[in-house]
Amino acid sequence: MSKFKKKKSGELPAISTASLPDIVFMLLFFFMVATVMRQNTLMIENKLPYADQIEKLDKKDLVMYIYAGKPSSRYRASAGNQPRIQLNDKFAAVEDIKAFILAERTAKREELIPFLTTALKVDGDTNMGLVGDIKKELRDVQALKINYTTRQGDAAKNLK
Amino acid sequence: MARRLAPSINSGSMADIAFLLLIFFLISTTIETDQGISRKLPPLIDDPATADIKEKNLFKVELNQLNQLLVEDHLIKISDLKKAAIAFLDNGGGSGDLYCDYCKGERNLKSSDHPDKAVISLSKSRKTNYAFYIAVQNELVAAYSDLRNREAKRLYGISYIAMKENLKNEQDGNDKRILIARINRVRSMYPERLSEAVTKSRD
Repeated sequence: MSKFKKKKSGELPAISTASLPDIVFMLLFFFMVATVMRQNTLMIENKLPYADQIEKLDKKDLVMYIYAGKPSSRYRASAGNQPRIQLNDKFAAVEDIKAFILAERTAKREELIPFLTTALKVDGDTNMGLVGDIKKELRDVQALKINYTTRQGDAAKNLK
Repeated sequence: MARRLAPSINSGSMADIAFLLLIFFLISTTIETDQGISRKLPPLIDDPATADIKEKNLFKVELNQLNQLLVEDHLIKISDLKKAAIAFLDNGGGSGDLYCDYCKGERNLKSSDHPDKAVISLSKSRKTNYAFYIAVQNELVAAYSDLRNREAKRLYGISYIAMKENLKNEQDGNDKRILIARINRVRSMYPERLSEAVTKSRD
């Protein structure tokens, strides 16, 4: 009956690596999907206020971003600690908004221009004077669709 | 005698497991989208027309530099703002041409005639906090959407917010046209008349 005697299992069976590519691809897909590229490096504090009556800004390519808030601690020495406007990667003055909007418009296809929205990402601790100035500049260049970017949550949290 | 190799682990189902994980992560991660309160700024016109609005059709909301909320010159809490705005918009005090047959308000003669005429005027100081301003905007938008939801439910059995949500998923066709017509109808029942312009009262 030696025919059926088990062979001595000295060496371990090799683990199949055939599925390794699958796993790698899986991770790759995951990171590809989940990563959001940040367009601008923020130089200001940007703690958005809360609101619950919100709409989503779906088409990312049709959105222009204007940031405002107090300069973050790294830039405080050079930029002061009064709220400032940030356009792209630079601090900007109120008068620069017009040029910024016009530049953004020329970069877009002509038929898309009426759908452009301006997202105001303004720190909750800013005063309305600055926001009013921004809005006035936007009206001057007929960029009338705006969106106050907020976080989802109870608006009562803003009052603290 | 045939030489036997050690049995290797069957890796056929590895791919299935990998896909399972992939699908799990795909569903559970949310891609960050920006969201916020959408507004439309009034266009610039050369000579600002003076619109005559009756005092009773104007709901004055004022935010002062101390971050206090004044409604019709009375100090109120922000949690009461929505109720006050709804009471004003839904009042329906008019008669004759201005009679509002869907309003459920008190029909107080001293408050707004019709939602079409009712204007909310929001004024703020330069020193008002932005977060506070957003909270007030949020409450006022909530007042409008509450009323629209109520009317949409009464007419079509579905809330206004749900209709707008459905519109995004609707294919082009007859259904979409009906849906847009319905949304516009509800919207026109309570048009958003939120003015941030300077209002002056005539003496």
